[in-house]
Amino acid sequence: MARVLLNLPRSAAKGAVIEIRTLIMHPMESGFRPGMNGTILARDIITRFTCEYDGEVVFQAELSSAIAANPFISFTTVATASGTLSFTWEGDNDFRQTETRSLTVT
Amino acid sequence: MNRREFAAGALLALALRPVPGLATPEDQAAAIRAFTGGKPLREGRVELDIPPLVENGNVVPLKVTVQSPMTAANHVTAIALFNEKNPQPQVVTAQFGPRAGRAELATHMRLATSQFITAVAAMSDGSFWSTRQEVIVTLAACLES
Repeated sequence: MARVLLNLPRSAAKGAVIEIRTLIMHPMESGFRPGMNGTILARDIITRFTCEYDGEVVFQAELSSAIAANPFISFTTVATASGTLSFTWEGDNDFRQTETRSLTVT
Repeated sequence: MNRREFAAGALLALALRPVPGLATPEDQAAAIRAFTGGKPLREGRVELDIPPLVENGNVVPLKVTVQSPMTAANHVTAIALFNEKNPQPQVVTAQFGPRAGRAELATHMRLATSQFITAVAAMSDGSFWSTRQEVIVTLAACLES
């Protein structure tokens, strides 16, 4: 399991826009770099990031080789109701990791 | 051709050799056309915040902000980022909806060399807006190990 940093408030006022910052430890091997023996290293990147709010997709991003290692993504969402936010990273070599956080809306 | 001419010619050929595997501004334009579906691109409404001078091309922080009320009737549906001279023109494509609250996206990208970065926003009314920003890179990413 890759290490994940998630930065979002635990509680928010109803209707408030909250900022979510995410980072996952991943080499994001671009597939264009020669390795020690001169051959090109195979691509190994995260291709898709999805954020679901109580099962509904609120943000989704397709990443490419041009995203830096340990991909950082920051976005916003509206705090509509208390619930669970789930974050999913999917990528090459069947990479898939999901993290969840609960949000209390007052 | 004597030996000296040959050496000079070989050196010149080496110097003029194009950098292998990098995308071109035409590739960037083609990738943007694929994203917009050939619809016209208008300047404005999109703000791309990226440092103009970058020391390390491996991690370049950037932020895209689009002016939009983000209501169900009028919101940003997608933000895409394109580069000119990395091996591939695509950087990131993000899908937005009214639940995003604000049309904002921040990430870290790689830059292979100094180039123009273009941010394109797709609106719910079917229009496309863009902006571009030049970045100068002193240490490149992507190609060297």
